[in-house]
Amino acid sequence: MSSLKTPPERPKRNVIPGFGLSMGVTLTMLSLIVLIPLASVPLVLRDYSLSEFWRVVTDKQTIATYKVSFSCAAAAAVINVFFGVLLAWVITRYKFPGRRILDGLIELPFALPTAVAGVALTTLYSDKGWIGYLFSKVGVKISYTPIGIKIAMIFIGIPFVVRSIQPVLEKLDPQYEEAAATLGASRARTFMSVVIPEILPAALTGFALAFSRAIGEYGSVVFIAGNIPYKTQITPLIIMNKLEQFNYPAAASIALVMIVFSFLVLFGINILQSKISEISRGS
Amino acid sequence: MGSKTIKIVLILLSALFVTLMLILPLATVLVYSLRQGWRTFVSCVTDDYTVKALNLTLLTAAITLAVNTAFGIFSAWSIAKFRFRGKQALTTLIDIPFSISPIIAGLVFILIFGRIGWVYPLMEALDVKIVFAVPGIVLATIFVTFPFVSRELIPLMQSQGCDEEEAAALMGASGLQIFSRVTFPHIKWGLLYGVILCTARALGEFGAVSVVSGHLRGKTNTLPLHVEVLFNEFKLTASFAVASILVVIAIIILILRNIVEFRLKREEG
Amino acid sequence: MKKSILSKTIAALSAPLLIVALTAFAGFASDNAAGKISLTNVSYDPTREFYEQYNKLFREYWLREKGQDIEIIQSHGGSGKQARSVIEGNEADVVTLALEGDIDEIRKAGLINDGWVKEFDKSSAPYTSTIVFLVRKGNPKNIRDWDDIVKPGIEIITPDPKSSGGARWNFLAAWAFSDRQNGGDEEKNKEFLRALFANVTVLDSGARGSTTTFVENGQGDVLLAWENEAFLSQKEHPGDFEIATPSLSILAQPSVAVVDTYVGKHGTEEAAKAYLQYLYSDEAQRLEGRNYYRPSNPNILKEFGGAFNLNIKLVNIDDEFGGWEAARVKFFADGAIFDEIYQR
Repeated sequence: MSSLKTPPERPKRNVIPGFGLSMGVTLTMLSLIVLIPLASVPLVLRDYSLSEFWRVVTDKQTIATYKVSFSCAAAAAVINVFFGVLLAWVITRYKFPGRRILDGLIELPFALPTAVAGVALTTLYSDKGWIGYLFSKVGVKISYTPIGIKIAMIFIGIPFVVRSIQPVLEKLDPQYEEAAATLGASRARTFMSVVIPEILPAALTGFALAFSRAIGEYGSVVFIAGNIPYKTQITPLIIMNKLEQFNYPAAASIALVMIVFSFLVLFGINILQSKISEISRGS
Repeated sequence: MGSKTIKIVLILLSALFVTLMLILPLATVLVYSLRQGWRTFVSCVTDDYTVKALNLTLLTAAITLAVNTAFGIFSAWSIAKFRFRGKQALTTLIDIPFSISPIIAGLVFILIFGRIGWVYPLMEALDVKIVFAVPGIVLATIFVTFPFVSRELIPLMQSQGCDEEEAAALMGASGLQIFSRVTFPHIKWGLLYGVILCTARALGEFGAVSVVSGHLRGKTNTLPLHVEVLFNEFKLTASFAVASILVVIAIIILILRNIVEFRLKREEG
Repeated sequence: MKKSILSKTIAALSAPLLIVALTAFAGFASDNAAGKISLTNVSYDPTREFYEQYNKLFREYWLREKGQDIEIIQSHGGSGKQARSVIEGNEADVVTLALEGDIDEIRKAGLINDGWVKEFDKSSAPYTSTIVFLVRKGNPKNIRDWDDIVKPGIEIITPDPKSSGGARWNFLAAWAFSDRQNGGDEEKNKEFLRALFANVTVLDSGARGSTTTFVENGQGDVLLAWENEAFLSQKEHPGDFEIATPSLSILAQPSVAVVDTYVGKHGTEEAAKAYLQYLYSDEAQRLEGRNYYRPSNPNILKEFGGAFNLNIKLVNIDDEFGGWEAARVKFFADGAIFDEIYQR
């Protein structure tokens, strides 16, 4: 925070009004819609002993699903950040025919019900589909393999990344980049030293959102996954299986593990993000 | 490499990605939905139950958007413009609905308002139905899309800093004035993207809603649920035809957005 | 200047919202007609078309008999999920689900009285089905029976018995076949099922997912499917597929029941009972046959002898496995035989 405008004798006091009101509204809505509902998940486990809980969440098959879910989600999020930055850059920096269409397509993965997206992707990437056929010629199977899971996760995650980065790039004046370029920095160095620091917090947000959405995703992934135990089963499917057996506590146990893990990942990224934005503001 | 070459390479790479990941899946949906001809397509789309499902979906999306936009602005204001203890935890808690499997999101409302839930006796006494009725669908949709607007606004408002707002405050501007004249012009694109994302996601939300809906045809079936019902009863063509309505709505939203964007930009320019 | 941007944005955003909200409300306002009795039938996925026709039939019948107009609200979804929604408070008057076990879960929750299986004829199963093979046109791999599909190189598509209740019939039918072949040797049965599931290339979470995998995406040589669903796939793709009936299969009995607690609350007991009872009438039984379910009335079943293979030997879950619950515990509970098969 700038020390010029804040009176030095009261460094902690913020002059901007509305803290009480906005914080009050935020906390009330957050509690009503998110926190209180979530608190009922552990409530289901009240009759569950710790050893039972542990047995359910560390079952061999369940652990295999964690590996599939987390590794695929992480890979998909990394790919999404790369292409997300690329797309946001192309959309905000270049003028070319079809730019608006490209821009508009980004949200479509959200509007499509996940089951439809899953069926469409599976069809497209199976060895009989338009794209999958080409890949099967070189011996790569996509649908019904972990690659297929990643494809579905990239599909559902891409809007998060693009739309996180895009506003920042739009706000970032191209003149800075041009100035840096005319001062002799190479294009790559301009990008690394001027653009990357600006978009890093937003890219992290995008990563976090795409990653956590991918971990929880069920509808589109189950179609393309093949769901073979120990190979391509995802964790949400195991939760569904428990529910299918009317086993609420077991479902809630695994759900709890996922919630806690996602919370930790998001928490870490949020800390990182705020550190970065403080540094870049300070400089 | 000249800048022209880089530009072309980047554009081509983007186009390739978008084609493989977005355009072809969409094309698949449209090809399937028209597989049995226009007449089948039209009769699927104008079916009575489809229209009712569409109405419910639009209603749900409208309420969701209002709630989440309000939340987004308030929460971004308090998080980005003030320092306080526990900020990271609060930000993370807001993100939580993203990371929760939609199935779990639906389940939590069942665990509260359902027959096995702790509020059920009260609901029975009041003769109010939350889950397996429209309120439950709205609640689940709000939950799933809860962070969308705030998530767009927070990083933007943080990177912008507070200097301008502080200056305005010291000059005696009221909170509303500061927001509308100082903050808003900076965040309007972020807000717009947040709103669009939230709407798109609310329209298409399936998992959570599916758990709380009860799938009562004509009553609690949203469009995505109707798509699934058709799909599951071995009517792939009809189900994709109904899904294409959602695509069309998304395109309408996109056009609206472009109009807003164009007008705002012209005003600024 | 700047303020006008804000207000314009708000106007631009809220105008479509308002329109949307108004149309939606208008849609609902026209929805509530008063003065007639209404029943909610919570059913499973592929029955929609059948119940759509049956509801018309019953509505006429009820008007004739009682002079009262009746509206029937349908709900369709995965059978297990639907049962869960009723347990969780979805107030169905009647349930018409795929599995006896799903309805029994509702009984365990205290919503249906004990002894519901006896409440209607034929163990409360007005129509039945069985498990058959859907193979590609001309049956290129020459698949006739269960021992053909466990051969190396055959690719099988079936839903996962853990996530799809209906898929458990597939498993049980194969088990019953192997049991006859191996003279009741459980270890050999497990080997048989292990060989079968080693041939499974895609284990979808539901029946429809499996059908899409097999039919639309061209995966696998054989789909294990309910007979009525196999017929529905043939109907959507005439000429592309054939149904092969194994020598032995299992009698799948989709069951029906009145949800006693909820009809008590709604005062709809009489209508609900009549609704299910009428499923056994001759007209309704013929309608079931036309929708690819086997009518439980043997005389009417014979009328459909051209469509169904009536020579298939059908084992019954009660005689063969000691009932649904016993089968569930032995085969499909966590750590039971199905999990064991995948563990190696």
